[in-house]
Amino acid sequence: MAATAPRSSAAGKGARSTAQPGLPRTAFLNARLVDPATGRDEQGGLLVEGSAIADLGPHLRRNAPSGADVVDCRGCVLAPGLIDAQVFVGEPGAEHRETLKTASHAAAAGGVTTIVVMPDTKPVIDQVALVDFIQRRARDNAVVHVATMAAATKGLAGEEMAEIGLLKRAGAVAFSNGKESIANTRVMRNVLNYAKDFGALIVHHTEDPYLSRNAAMNSGETATRLGLSGVSKVAEILVLERDLRLVELTRSRYHAAILTCPESLEVVRQAKARGLAVTCGTSINHLTLNEGDIGSYRTFYKMRPPLRSEDDRRAMVEALAAGEIDIIVSSHDPQDADVKRRPFAEAADGAVGLETLLAAGLRLVHGGHVTLNQLLAPMTVNPARLLGLPGGHLAKGYPADLVLFDPDEPWVVNKDLLRSRSKNSPFDEARLQGRVLRTVVAGETVYQYAGVERT
Amino acid sequence: MKTSVAKSPRFTHRHLLSCEQLSAPDIEHLLDIADKAADSNRSKNRKTDVLAGRSLINLFFEASTRTQASFEMAAKRLGADVLNMNVSTSSVQKGETLVDTAVTLNAMRPDIIVVRHHSAGAVALLSQKVDCSVVNAGDGAHQHPTQALLDALTIRRAKGRVGGLTVAICGDILHSRVARSNITLLNTLGANVRIVAPSTLLPAAADRLGAEVFTDMRDGISGADVVMMLRLQNERMEGSFVPSTREFFHFFGLDQEKLGLAKPDALIMHPGPMNRGVEIASTVADHSRSVIREQVEMGVAVRMAVLEALASNLPS
Repeated sequence: MAATAPRSSAAGKGARSTAQPGLPRTAFLNARLVDPATGRDEQGGLLVEGSAIADLGPHLRRNAPSGADVVDCRGCVLAPGLIDAQVFVGEPGAEHRETLKTASHAAAAGGVTTIVVMPDTKPVIDQVALVDFIQRRARDNAVVHVATMAAATKGLAGEEMAEIGLLKRAGAVAFSNGKESIANTRVMRNVLNYAKDFGALIVHHTEDPYLSRNAAMNSGETATRLGLSGVSKVAEILVLERDLRLVELTRSRYHAAILTCPESLEVVRQAKARGLAVTCGTSINHLTLNEGDIGSYRTFYKMRPPLRSEDDRRAMVEALAAGEIDIIVSSHDPQDADVKRRPFAEAADGAVGLETLLAAGLRLVHGGHVTLNQLLAPMTVNPARLLGLPGGHLAKGYPADLVLFDPDEPWVVNKDLLRSRSKNSPFDEARLQGRVLRTVVAGETVYQYAGVERT
Repeated sequence: MKTSVAKSPRFTHRHLLSCEQLSAPDIEHLLDIADKAADSNRSKNRKTDVLAGRSLINLFFEASTRTQASFEMAAKRLGADVLNMNVSTSSVQKGETLVDTAVTLNAMRPDIIVVRHHSAGAVALLSQKVDCSVVNAGDGAHQHPTQALLDALTIRRAKGRVGGLTVAICGDILHSRVARSNITLLNTLGANVRIVAPSTLLPAAADRLGAEVFTDMRDGISGADVVMMLRLQNERMEGSFVPSTREFFHFFGLDQEKLGLAKPDALIMHPGPMNRGVEIASTVADHSRSVIREQVEMGVAVRMAVLEALASNLPS
């Protein structure tokens, strides 16, 4: 399913209900309704009519309207389907790693109802025809909504601006330079300045390319003992600081894709205080893992930006609780054994994460560090608003994109059972708590947990 | 000569990958065997059949003359069959992955594989895919355990002990597996370790490794019992770490004048190959207190000890 940015001025408000008799109706009863957009966390029920939410609230907890199919949620959490704003897919160009179809099944199994796919493909998504291609392939093959992040520069080379205006009109929800920072300050300034005229959002990976060249992990004692070349978090902070000066100059919209340390958050905090249209994100990996997990050269923990120290991770979790992290992504990045089963420095970066995003995040809830709403807001309503996507909110007239999950059910991740075509999960063999039971996209169930009969 | 190896109760490792795996008794045990091997190497009847019928593969992904020759000499003195894998003519150049190479070699049923690789952790990765023993002969900037063992043996023979001595390791610490191996091993044996380098050649968190850090060489080698120079590894330089070899020699090269700050009987060491006039003056390299040639000699003895200890744990 292709999710394009709404072109009207009502962007982000979602389709208004057009309840018609005859549409299929499903009532989700006995649910714990959790909606980060409003802070709702109460027992109740929700009625889906066609592809939209028709009604919800405590009055639907036990009684379904006549003629509706009934799903007994057994007290489990019913929340807006997750929106994952950074997903790398191998289509086109590396279908052996992941296709839009396999990524969408992985998403559905993880309770993710919208994926934003990154432009780092072969060829790079830097032309209107390629945005079109993604949307057609997604419409025909994907079981969740797919939105396209287009390249900010041609070929992601960081040299020439891509056709930002036309790409946006074709449906690109934001613009990114993929896994690389735009090193040339002049190009970055021009991209921001030009994007502003179209209201286009620039999503930037902040890592100084010179400091991070050939770096295999975070610099520090662990890297030194392992004899690996490291990159300091300073590489992240200084690109971020540069960018925010340019944002101040150009007054454009900017989102820092993955920040990993408290110093970066401080920079963003100051920029927000100056009234800039700045937001920031992090990845689930940087909230739940640290550099020590690399242990004896485990390449599934090799990623960019690299996993940082435990002190940094804790600071990131505190910032999440304080509402300073706008978006959490899985940064799902499928890599096959050929490129991962190598000496650490030579192995590919990246980790799959769509299927473990929610359960890994629930570690923070079970640990008492954040509330469920604090965890879910950066995966639902926040990315919906920032990227102008429908969904992300439990309310009448909104799309029936839903996730039903048991927040307590324990399970052990087995990479061979992941739906993703690549198995490079840093959570392989991890004990997680919280299991997606059902995923609904536009009113249709696209995933149902087979382990336990729930309906 | 001894013709069979007694099962060693004190050395239980299947591989030798890092100095971090070695306890003080492990090290002393290896040095004791090596000490005897060193003596026997100086005699006429120096060949034994401790490894008779065993086969050893020298798998060097990174060019090395002395380490490969040293392992070959050690293995042959013990009666093993040695196969040197020349990487420039091997299938690795044709795109075979390290893991595939490991699986292929494993199928030939060697008893020991000695590996050098340019990437940290590569030898450990290979060791997970084979049934035989693996010796790390250097992996990237990570470890080179037999070098640290031969250095310890050289020091022990010259000074009678290692514990309590002050050892200053000087030069390119950042890229050096020799430095990392020695910091670990010398600490295990109770030496006081110093590292001396310009800040650009010190790794992150250098002060967390168990060594005192100096950026002024004169301070760093003051009162040292051992001055261990490292090769300035031009082939690993990717940025501008030092302005020139001339400036480096001026501030960090070991010359007669700086040597005067160390103890009068301080040992001069270098793992080789030396850049004369870059990290060490020729007159110092050839000084009467220089044990650089002994290091090479002890290299064969230590490698014999390592191979013998590992072989004692191999199935017969």
